[in-house]
Amino acid sequence: MLEIKNLQVAVEGNLILKGVDLHVKPGEVHAIMGPNGSGKSTLARALSGHPQYEVTGGEARFEGRDLLDMDPDERAREGVFMAFQYPVEIAGVNNGYFLKAALNAKRKHFGQPELDAMEFMQLIREKAKVLQIDQSMLSRSVNEGFSGGEKKRNEIFQMALLEPKLAILDETDSGLDIDALRVVSDGVNGMRNPGRAFVVVTHYQRLLDYIVPDYVHVLSAGRIVKSGGKELAHELEKKGYGWLEAGTQPVGA
Amino acid sequence: MTQVAEKLQPWMAVLEQRGTDGPRWLQDMRARAATAFAELGFPTNRDEEWRFTSVAPIASAEFQAAPSARVSLGEPDLAGFLYSGSEHRIVIVNGLFSAELSRAPNLPQGVRAGSLAAAVTEHPEVAQRYLGQLAEFNTRAFSALNTALAVDGAYVYIPDGVILEQPLQLLFVTTGAESGAPLMANVRTLIVAGDRSQSRIVETYVGPPGSVYFTNAVTEVAMGEGAVMDHYKVQEESQAAFHVASMHVHAVRASNFSSHSFSLGGRLVRNDVNAHLDGEGAECTLNGLYLADGERHVDNHTEIDHAKAHCPSHEIYKGILGGKARAVFNGKILVRQDAQKTDAKQTNRALLLTADASINTKPQLEIFADDVKCTHGAAIGQLDEDALFYLRARGLTHFEARDMLIHAFAGEILERVRIEPLRQALEAELYAQLAKDLAEIDGA
Ligand SMILES: Nc1ncnc2c1ncn2[C@@H]1O[C@H](COP(=O)(O)OP(=O)(O)O)[C@@H](O)[C@H]1O
Ligand SMILES: [Mg+2]
Repeated sequence: MLEIKNLQVAVEGNLILKGVDLHVKPGEVHAIMGPNGSGKSTLARALSGHPQYEVTGGEARFEGRDLLDMDPDERAREGVFMAFQYPVEIAGVNNGYFLKAALNAKRKHFGQPELDAMEFMQLIREKAKVLQIDQSMLSRSVNEGFSGGEKKRNEIFQMALLEPKLAILDETDSGLDIDALRVVSDGVNGMRNPGRAFVVVTHYQRLLDYIVPDYVHVLSAGRIVKSGGKELAHELEKKGYGWLEAGTQPVGA
Repeated sequence: MTQVAEKLQPWMAVLEQRGTDGPRWLQDMRARAATAFAELGFPTNRDEEWRFTSVAPIASAEFQAAPSARVSLGEPDLAGFLYSGSEHRIVIVNGLFSAELSRAPNLPQGVRAGSLAAAVTEHPEVAQRYLGQLAEFNTRAFSALNTALAVDGAYVYIPDGVILEQPLQLLFVTTGAESGAPLMANVRTLIVAGDRSQSRIVETYVGPPGSVYFTNAVTEVAMGEGAVMDHYKVQEESQAAFHVASMHVHAVRASNFSSHSFSLGGRLVRNDVNAHLDGEGAECTLNGLYLADGERHVDNHTEIDHAKAHCPSHEIYKGILGGKARAVFNGKILVRQDAQKTDAKQTNRALLLTADASINTKPQLEIFADDVKCTHGAAIGQLDEDALFYLRARGLTHFEARDMLIHAFAGEILERVRIEPLRQALEAELYAQLAKDLAEIDGA
């Protein structure tokens, strides 16, 4: 589903990702772990097409197509979804209106009829229940004045609505209390199926107790320095990242 | 000096031809205003209040002060402008009241809505008490010009305790000149709101699209104790027209005045709103939305004079600028020594759609009381890149995302319009203009 080869990404002229390889098949859950500043978000943003993140080498294919050649919105409509580490507040844009526009953009892309207001509300109600989302969140501006937890839940809510083929979750666990973490994880687990893949970026092993990955990769200084099964996450929990970073150059301060 | 005087020659000639009808006090006032104008001349960029707006295109042009004959307009000429949804309207054509086009059926007992010239003789005690008293002309050239030359205008009087259920629209039409120099309309409005009265007033300024003319408008609003007024100004002049207007509001105890200014048309535009909070608990809200593109210039100056204690004021001005448009926003808040417990909040934002569009802006806080709360914030810039990306990351195209953000920007002001048909008409007009601007940007 996702084939990344030797991906190199620069931000503001600094090379951050220095050759990343990753192969994700349908149905799999891959966890990307690593210390702060190792390039986890850079990977997520580059895959979703953020204009600030410049791909300077390597390739990324999604279902056989050149992902890097697509506009960010085309990637989204094709089924790549990134849950933002820091969801953006958008004053004046009604959350419900935005969700409907996003959903209909995708439906139109696949030649499906747009949902009318009734059908949309029904769908929203259904998904909101699973994620324990208060309906009032729909009438507010996108993410504006949302608590950290509300923002993260809104991201997963959008994922549930848009039903992507590939979901990249960037530190969706940070800022969540244990109850919210459970709700969000249940939401994600409920969406796992043989046709859908997840790349779960996290700094802490805690999330992986709830969303159990098939593979764990450790990103350090812009490279994947170790890959393994879910037991690698527990090892990291015990030993920290230090033993893996030895000999590699730390990124940032 | 002589150079200035020479330049003013054509204007002085116009002033000498000024109207001689009306009572003695009015003629005296016109004479004093003419003298004031002769002494002031047109403001230049050395004048702090006019630093970023040059009125040279007006000063160096020649205008006819009035058409040779009364221009007669018919109902079809007004179609499209009458969107207040109100059955009550006063129509002023080239500064003169039009009885044929105006209508105000079933107004509550005692309400007057009609010609200012008529009010001066028929309702002299009120007219004399306020006319020219709120709009100071000794330091303001355009007010002086207007005061000297206006022979008629709109008059609205709402007695104490009266509630106007329907909005009242004041429609000011300036026509193109049939021949000779372009027209100048000196448009005058006096609105007197009695104690505890309630009203919604819509001032609309229009003219034939594409034609050159000069509208010089002055509005005076006297708010009685506990009076509540929602005032809307829709400036939708020809995009080749000059529009200079000032509104002067005097608000006494516990009154509540809201101004909503929409500035969409005009080639060179200056809007002044001055609110004098002169009684305890008087409250005012100044909202504004302006749009300019091409080579157009729009200047908004607001001043809130907090003279008494416990007065809240709220202000949000927003602009959207395309092409090589230039804008000016100057928001002055004066808190006098007696105005303790003032709560003043000002926000000023502008969205620049192109690299060539620009704005000069400054808040101007002058605070002489110590127990006050004053906040102001300004944000000028392009669309938020992060917000654009967020929307695109959910499948919206660049164009859809951009439109959504621009509409959200304008929506914050539009949604405060409490006359639904007016809000819809404004939204339609604004978005049509924006669609044109954006198509130009995308084509470029
Ligand atoms: N938008 C950006 N502007 C400047 N530097 C950035 C930006 N995004 C990431 N970086 C830099 O790239 C490196 C990796 O950051 P990031 O991918 O956010 O790490 P992680 O998500 O693993 O904590 C850091 O050194 C960070 O400073
Ligand atoms: Mg990160």
